[in-house]
Amino acid sequence: MNRKVLIPIASIIVFIGFVLLKLDWDGADRTHELWEALEVTAGGFLTLMIFSFLYKDNAFYKFAEHLYVGISAAYWMCVGFWSNLAQQAIPHLSQSLSEALGQPFLGYIWHYWIPVALGLILLTRLLPESMKIGWISKWTLAFIVASTAGLFITANLQANFIAQIASTMSLPLLPDWTGFGDFLSNFDLSYEGQFVKMFSNWVIIIGVISGLVYFFFSKEHTGWFGRVSRLGIWVLMVTFGAAFGYTVMGRVSLLVGRLTFLFRDWAGVIG
Amino acid sequence: MKRQIPLALVILFGWLMLALYFIPLEGAQKINENLLDWTAIIGIFALALGIWSLISVNVDKIQYKKRDWPYSIVTLFGLFAMIVFGLKFGGADSMFQGQESYMFRHFFDDILIPIFSTMFSLLAFFIASAAYRAFRARSALATILLVGAIIVMIRFFPFIAEYTRPVADWIINVPNLAAKRAIWMGVGLGIVATGLKVILGIERSYLGRD
Repeated sequence: MNRKVLIPIASIIVFIGFVLLKLDWDGADRTHELWEALEVTAGGFLTLMIFSFLYKDNAFYKFAEHLYVGISAAYWMCVGFWSNLAQQAIPHLSQSLSEALGQPFLGYIWHYWIPVALGLILLTRLLPESMKIGWISKWTLAFIVASTAGLFITANLQANFIAQIASTMSLPLLPDWTGFGDFLSNFDLSYEGQFVKMFSNWVIIIGVISGLVYFFFSKEHTGWFGRVSRLGIWVLMVTFGAAFGYTVMGRVSLLVGRLTFLFRDWAGVIG
Repeated sequence: MKRQIPLALVILFGWLMLALYFIPLEGAQKINENLLDWTAIIGIFALALGIWSLISVNVDKIQYKKRDWPYSIVTLFGLFAMIVFGLKFGGADSMFQGQESYMFRHFFDDILIPIFSTMFSLLAFFIASAAYRAFRARSALATILLVGAIIVMIRFFPFIAEYTRPVADWIINVPNLAAKRAIWMGVGLGIVATGLKVILGIERSYLGRD
């Protein structure tokens, strides 16, 4: 028999075998037990299929990858449809359609036809090119680009620019300062101590300024400007190291989660 | 017509969104909220466009038996199965309850989540080899990167967490924050500049060539 036929058939037989192994034959509700066995086995098989990529790209990995693409596209479509169209637009447009979708009618508001019309205009891209009408879809694109740009200008100016400058410049250079004598007599290297607080604030202010200098390319990085820029790249390297460490730990945590699922929930070899 | 109308719409709605932010009137905030609702509603039609594109690409692959075409059947099966389970009809006893459907939730929990989290966990292996290359301490900068990453990584080790955690917390809350603020300020300015170019009609690449 052809390998391309044999492998899928053998995989299905193995899958059914694992479902039967996982099935609790003494359970009271057989249908529920069967669904649970199917769910856990499907999760286990799909996990192994993705892990098989560590050996090389193969048919099992491609199967799981393609299944993921289809299901995730439909998932986001359904979530978007129910949360945006069915809950925001239709309850303001049609009572009968709202009731058909199980949503309360919130009263007719005419302007909700505008996004629906713009949405339908966007779909004119799907019409055959011979109709020469697809270009009007750019009206919708223009609206999305404009509203996003208009919104992002103010949001970013406030959150990423003004708020960051304010947080940096409002840091006290001498926090809780009551005099040099008190500072020396209460000298403490703990995280909450005055010295660490003061040192941290200086590091933040100098770090922000030197980081900005590093990103300033309108002046050549030589002399004192170059030295500040060099300090900036050192601070940036600490950040990149920390970000890398965080990412590694995040991935390892996910890996531990999947292995726990495989060995505890599916295979049942650990408690 | 093909370029002037979209350009006029961009300038009109771009400046409107910008102006609404600075008008402290309830009516202005209401208009702002409505415009954001519009964007979310239009997004669904954009998603539909994407779904149609996915279907047509995969149908095309199956029809002309292109490379790896059998996997396109798997994609279409997953797509249509999830869409059908995401429908809502047949009353309270029906298995089609939209997002609340048993099958819809379990396709998400038992197929989507295992594949998604395993794919990302695979990166743990690839990131290990990337780390080996990145962390060879050949220069002072590579050494700083290495030390920063190691301190952050070992802060959760139970037997040494007591000693490493304060240092790791300091790195995350102080030098890491300082560099991130510098990056955020740069990103913020970049986005503002790009946004202004769009609503002033200088940036027009979204209009395409024709």
